[in-house]
Amino acid sequence: MNLSTGMTAMTAAVHREDAAVTAKISAKDVNVYYGDKHALKHVTIDIRPQEVTAFIGPSGCGKSTFLRCINRMNDVIDSCRVDGRIAIDDQDIYDKSLDVVQLRARVGMVFQKPNPFPKSIYDNVCYGPRIHGIGNGKTELDEIVQKSLERAGLWNEVKDRLQQPGTGLSGGQQQRLCIARAIAVNPEVILMDEPCSALDPIATARVEELIDELRENFTIIIVTHSMQQAARVSQRTAFFHLGILVEQGDTEQIFTSPRDERTQGYITGRFG
Amino acid sequence: MTEAAIEAMQFRQAETSAVRVRRRYAAERRFRFYGVLAISVAVLMLALLLATIVSKGYGAFVQTEITIDINFDSAVIDPAGTLDPAVLATADYAKLIKEALYAQFPEATSRGDKRALYDLVSTGASYELQKMVLTDPSLIGKTQPVTLTASDDVDMLNKGYMSRSGVEAERRLNDKQVGWIDGLAAKGLVSTALGTAFLTHGDSREPEQAGVWGAVVGTVFTMLVTLLMTLPLGVATAVYLEEFAPKNRWTDLIEININNLAAVPSIVFGLLGLAVFLNFFGLPRSAPLVGGMVLALIVLPTIIIAGRAAIKAVPPSIREAALGVGASKLQVVTHHVLPLAMPGILTGTIIGMAHALGETAPLLMIGMVAFIVDIPGGITDAATVLPVQIYIWADSPERAFVERTSAAIMVLLAVLLVMNGLAILLRRQFERRW
Repeated sequence: MNLSTGMTAMTAAVHREDAAVTAKISAKDVNVYYGDKHALKHVTIDIRPQEVTAFIGPSGCGKSTFLRCINRMNDVIDSCRVDGRIAIDDQDIYDKSLDVVQLRARVGMVFQKPNPFPKSIYDNVCYGPRIHGIGNGKTELDEIVQKSLERAGLWNEVKDRLQQPGTGLSGGQQQRLCIARAIAVNPEVILMDEPCSALDPIATARVEELIDELRENFTIIIVTHSMQQAARVSQRTAFFHLGILVEQGDTEQIFTSPRDERTQGYITGRFG
Repeated sequence: MTEAAIEAMQFRQAETSAVRVRRRYAAERRFRFYGVLAISVAVLMLALLLATIVSKGYGAFVQTEITIDINFDSAVIDPAGTLDPAVLATADYAKLIKEALYAQFPEATSRGDKRALYDLVSTGASYELQKMVLTDPSLIGKTQPVTLTASDDVDMLNKGYMSRSGVEAERRLNDKQVGWIDGLAAKGLVSTALGTAFLTHGDSREPEQAGVWGAVVGTVFTMLVTLLMTLPLGVATAVYLEEFAPKNRWTDLIEININNLAAVPSIVFGLLGLAVFLNFFGLPRSAPLVGGMVLALIVLPTIIIAGRAAIKAVPPSIREAALGVGASKLQVVTHHVLPLAMPGILTGTIIGMAHALGETAPLLMIGMVAFIVDIPGGITDAATVLPVQIYIWADSPERAFVERTSAAIMVLLAVLLVMNGLAILLRRQFERRW
């Protein structure tokens, strides 16, 4: 068996393996245009449930754009147009009849720069549950706030000052507050757009620990510039380059024996 | 380069650098000086303005009074002895005052002299007596000293604004009247007291009876109508234009038109009010309702422009965070954007309302230049506003109206301070959260 047939056989085997696990999110032939600029080309990917999937790639390759498509945050950009099908639990999220507000309650997002609301810590976390009607009455909301802050690893630090403004916390604490805010609405998927890029190494380590703990209950997609972080934190990795999804697979396989030479070039630091 | 050349270059650099540093410090000192100078000039102008107004106006709050013995003759007040309020109200109290004055100065015998003597007290003095008797009917039959408001000419003489010399025919008080006043003053019967008439009465032809309260109530009603119409409308327009309207040629056109409306002379809005509100819709003339609507049109562009700027200044990260948690567009605007934009919107409101408070020309067009004596009871009653009242009094010939004009300006400034103070307090509430 020569190299090419061997490769084909291996690819086929991998695809069969992928098909066996039902995908939480499946994207088929997704194209994204910013006006005339073709930002994402023919992206097809399956995201597995209860796993951390990392999107890696050089700057401007479209990984954040694709991430934002999954919870339709690109809708707020007027010039952005999305073609193709993205389905969560087999339901097309770009269907006209889908309520985008409900979608965003099921798919939470954590942004690159921590952006807590200029309200108290308590109000930050309970805002989501309050507007979606999860938890009525003070005791239920108190419970939700406490549980979310505990899961985010912030409870012990802020339990005595819940009424103080969220903007008064340190950078790492603010990002954990944003994570607590995202999980308070009990989403199924959490999207994280470079969540640690504005944090120091210790805060980064805590957030990564947190992601590992959250994996048991949520499907997590994390966009990251740091390959070490992707290797530490994720089970599946997808490599984007110039708007094309070059390669996707198990993290270990991508980082030890990538199939595409562009992937090889990126992870060895030859570019990006 | 040679060593010597390098050294020379370094020395020159050090020298020029020192010169540059000195020049920079001098420039900074000059700049600071210009700033301080500008502020000093502004403060000086303001102080000068306030000093002029207060010095001219404080006299209006002090009223000259004459004390004379009044005999509450029951034959004049209540001949039948019924103590019926209707009878008491219509009695001829002027006669009581005249009798008291003639008793004080028996030398006044001719009709002209007698009229001149009665002119020393205010025309409203008889109403003061009427009020005294109606509140306390037991006064009937008694004789006691009563303090009555003096006429405005006596007031001016007492305060020193009227000259005692000069040609008699050109003066408001003839020599005999001056003599009588001096006689009363010698007996200590002429006094000055803090007059509440200025702050509680409505307008009047007689300066000593004229008050600013009618205009104050009219101003408050008009400002209320303006605020209630313009704030919700302005904020809603700003929110729609910034958040929901598609960015196309129509919205650009609307934005240009709003910016232009902010620069339209206010009298044009007065003409609009006259043509549309009064003639077409038939709303009551000179009412705070119509005045408020006209002023609302003037203030609206200011609030829309300030509102848009404030909403644009809210960072997009807050909006994205709210959207990410699953808030709808409307929830993002009402729960997050508006509270953060409130300080800017309130600043625009303060500016707009202060502008509206001083507007006179458009209100003249809708009839507020009328002579209104009654205190308005609602927004559809005929009323006048403070700037128009000031304008009317400034035009009046009586000398006493000069100090009343300045006093009315003081009241207008006080109303402005109260209004702005409330708005600033409100703004501080919102600013603390951020």
